[in-house]
Amino acid sequence: MWSTLLNSNTQWVLFSTMILGIAAGMIGCMAYWKRQSLLSDALAHAALPGVIIAFLILGEKNLFFLIIGAAISALIGAWFIQWISESTRIAEDSAMGMILSIFYGFGIMLLTIANRTAAGNQSGLDKFIFGQAATMIRSDVYTMLGLALLVIFIVFIGFKEWKIYLFDPEFAKGLGLSLKGMNVLYTAVLVTTIVIGIQAVGVILIAALLIIPSASARYWTHSFKVMLILSAVMGGLSGVAGTWLSTLGNGWPTGPFVVLVAAALFILSLIFGKEKGLFINYLYLKMDAQKSNARLETGGMAK
Amino acid sequence: MSYAAWIILTASLVGLSCGLIGVFLILRKMAMMSDAISHTVLLGIVCAYLVTKEVSGPAMLVGAILAGLLTAFLVQWLHSLDIQQEASIGIVFTTLFAIGVILIATSVGNAHLDVQHALMGEITFIPWNTTVLPLIGSVPKATVLLAFVFVVALIVIIAFYKEWKLTSFDPALAASLGIPVLFMHYVFMTLVSITTVASFDAVGAIMVVAMLITPASSAYLWTDRLSVMLLLSCAFGVISAVIGYFIALWLDTSISGSMAFATGILFLISFIFSPKHGILAKYVRPTKAY
Repeated sequence: MWSTLLNSNTQWVLFSTMILGIAAGMIGCMAYWKRQSLLSDALAHAALPGVIIAFLILGEKNLFFLIIGAAISALIGAWFIQWISESTRIAEDSAMGMILSIFYGFGIMLLTIANRTAAGNQSGLDKFIFGQAATMIRSDVYTMLGLALLVIFIVFIGFKEWKIYLFDPEFAKGLGLSLKGMNVLYTAVLVTTIVIGIQAVGVILIAALLIIPSASARYWTHSFKVMLILSAVMGGLSGVAGTWLSTLGNGWPTGPFVVLVAAALFILSLIFGKEKGLFINYLYLKMDAQKSNARLETGGMAK
Repeated sequence: MSYAAWIILTASLVGLSCGLIGVFLILRKMAMMSDAISHTVLLGIVCAYLVTKEVSGPAMLVGAILAGLLTAFLVQWLHSLDIQQEASIGIVFTTLFAIGVILIATSVGNAHLDVQHALMGEITFIPWNTTVLPLIGSVPKATVLLAFVFVVALIVIIAFYKEWKLTSFDPALAASLGIPVLFMHYVFMTLVSITTVASFDAVGAIMVVAMLITPASSAYLWTDRLSVMLLLSCAFGVISAVIGYFIALWLDTSISGSMAFATGILFLISFIFSPKHGILAKYVRPTKAY
């Protein structure tokens, strides 16, 4: 069991899923405060047809081009969601559900066609649905690592601007920050994070890596900076631990294990979290009850 | 009946039941809840399988109902703990779905239940898995289950039509009139769960969302009357199922994927040509003179 850890390819894969988790944790915080947690889910599903079309055009599995295909398809999905919810009375979440399932259905149609060709059948395109980190080769790891580091870098250098953009858009406008530009940049980093994650975690569950760590981090702090760091740490931890767990079994998918670790961290935070955690809340409640009991008793004595 | 006829009938039943339930889903603004439930139903089915060791109708229904209610309850609970509604949906369904997939991949994975099946449905195998009913003869199991669920959903909706209408459009008023809004919410979640699990065999976990949300959204663009919307939504569901089947036959590809795609085509048509909300109408209609 430990021998898999010492394998250098495995080390690279683990390292890259850690960086992916860190990037996803950071972007997830922004998505949380923009109230767009489920948008990431919709975009991840919408990326599937792009992956398959890129494969069908290229005829081989080259992660870089698959990522470009995924990004284009996810952006088309995002554009549709916005267009439908702005120009009709259909609510945004209905639009998300529609785009998510229609694009995914279209992706499955194409996948079935691609799997009929000999090249498609052997390429392991199926693995994109749940992700299998173990199938990544060295060049895939480099692609993923490079893009994830770029995302982290963009969040890091623009930290102040991001904060103003998220919490006080009016003020940001006053400062001369282009909201439109920030929106474009935000969508770009969100889509990048989603699409680099699909080989490792899969289109269905990559959204969890954005949603869960940020929600867990909320239980420990009120500061956005600390939340971002904590969420990144928890995301990274989920990425590494989940990937490692999935290498223990033969052909186990990576995505579900990553989600499981993230969920375990969430439950821990929910119970023991410093801010509004269940345990702390219970203690406060008990202390309050004791205080009021004591007050009642002394009140009774004074009489 | 021939093989193709059974598939078309089953697919149409999926379109009917999903179209019916979908209308209330989008009116109650719970479209993403159906996405969540369609994923977590998988866990319910896996657990039912682990307990009974068979993939049969009643056990699956019970498992699905429990999973659906658990999802609805957990989302509500997390939301009450000050987590955004969206984020709580995201947390709950991804986690439960992941557990379901892990259970399948590690312990249950065999001929009866596999991940591929759960995601894409196996409508092509449905006509072979039959059961004998009195009077009618040999009928595919999945079709019987779907017909049963459709009838149940129809009865529940027609019997309490006024209450559903009121709780969907104005829950505050409904509550003040003494209608148990929360109870109706959970009843509705149960309906969503059984519809999802019955459609599961045919279209799988994710495409069922397309069948639930898209026909209803298309219908929403054509009319302002609830009764008309229900009829239209069911009709759209059936039409997309049939079109989807023929697209799949023509391209020789996944039937469930094509059905989801066909709902998209119908929506696109509605989106462009709807007289009141369509894009075309917006260009054609003269702008108001002030």
